[in-house]
Amino acid sequence: MNRLIALLLVLFSLPTYSQDTPPPVNAAVEQRMIKLAEELRCLVCQNQSLADSNSGLAEDLRREIRAMIVAGKKDQEIVDFLVQRYGDFVLYRPPVRSTTMLLWFGPFALLLIGGIALYLRVKRRKQEIVDTPLTKEERARVNAALNVNAGDHA
Amino acid sequence: MMRYAWPLGVFIILAVFLGLGLKLKPSEVPSPLIGKSAPIFSLPQLQAPEQIFASKEMLGKVWLLNVWASWCAACREEHPLLVELARAGIVPIYGLDYKDKREDGLGWLRDRGNPYTATAFDKAGRVGIDFGVYGVPETFVIDRKGVIRYKQIGPLTEEALASKILPLVRELQK
Repeated sequence: MNRLIALLLVLFSLPTYSQDTPPPVNAAVEQRMIKLAEELRCLVCQNQSLADSNSGLAEDLRREIRAMIVAGKKDQEIVDFLVQRYGDFVLYRPPVRSTTMLLWFGPFALLLIGGIALYLRVKRRKQEIVDTPLTKEERARVNAALNVNAGDHA
Repeated sequence: MMRYAWPLGVFIILAVFLGLGLKLKPSEVPSPLIGKSAPIFSLPQLQAPEQIFASKEMLGKVWLLNVWASWCAACREEHPLLVELARAGIVPIYGLDYKDKREDGLGWLRDRGNPYTATAFDKAGRVGIDFGVYGVPETFVIDRKGVIRYKQIGPLTEEALASKILPLVRELQK
């Protein structure tokens, strides 16, 4: 019985597959569109790219991008079109601006600070090490030990 | 003492930044269109498909553009406020019915009241894209020169109206 129901469900769901598929398009256009869309953020579901998202808006924007590619627009023009409307937020790689300086250069600044701190610390450590010359007895013991060892190896 | 001062300092700085981060709303993306001229569009009207709504004709007026759709749940929330605002007659509200079916949009206005002086019917959602619409409802305040002065993302609230939109409208109408 369950199998029959499942079969019926599958059968009835089949026709809906093909309804929303867009008309066949040029593979080169599609490839360029996907490459662009992967670098752009979907605003509805913010952790997905325009290429991944199933939202209505993402679909519309992919259609717009396709249309612009067919119209012969350059990649930069297409990206600008979206940035003009939705802001830098759509870019997964934000441009370098005064507000994004920290984002771009913060890690390097931290690395530099860490490096300086490490250098200062090591330098201070070095100064803390005091040279204490060996006393006569110590020297004699070391020499004795070294001679014994030298004898072993010889 | 100094041994503990460092980690404590770092912890406090981190806690402050993370605390500020909690208050941000990632769903509200600031629009780059604020302070810029609103996109010019003309679309058939929802109620009268043979008549064209042209945004150019709105120059010289302060107006609200409310983007809505019958399929949008949050629009249900703000609709009574819009009706009330229209009744008060402070500022004309124009609608943009976004990616909707005409009969559904008409039904919505019939059932819930029509606060709009006119409604443009954006079936393909293309005008929505020009306005950077990504979540319905959205409401734009547009000044006499056709410049977008404010954008409300998500449903209008009494608080947003009282604290931001109405003061701004009064200022612009002066």
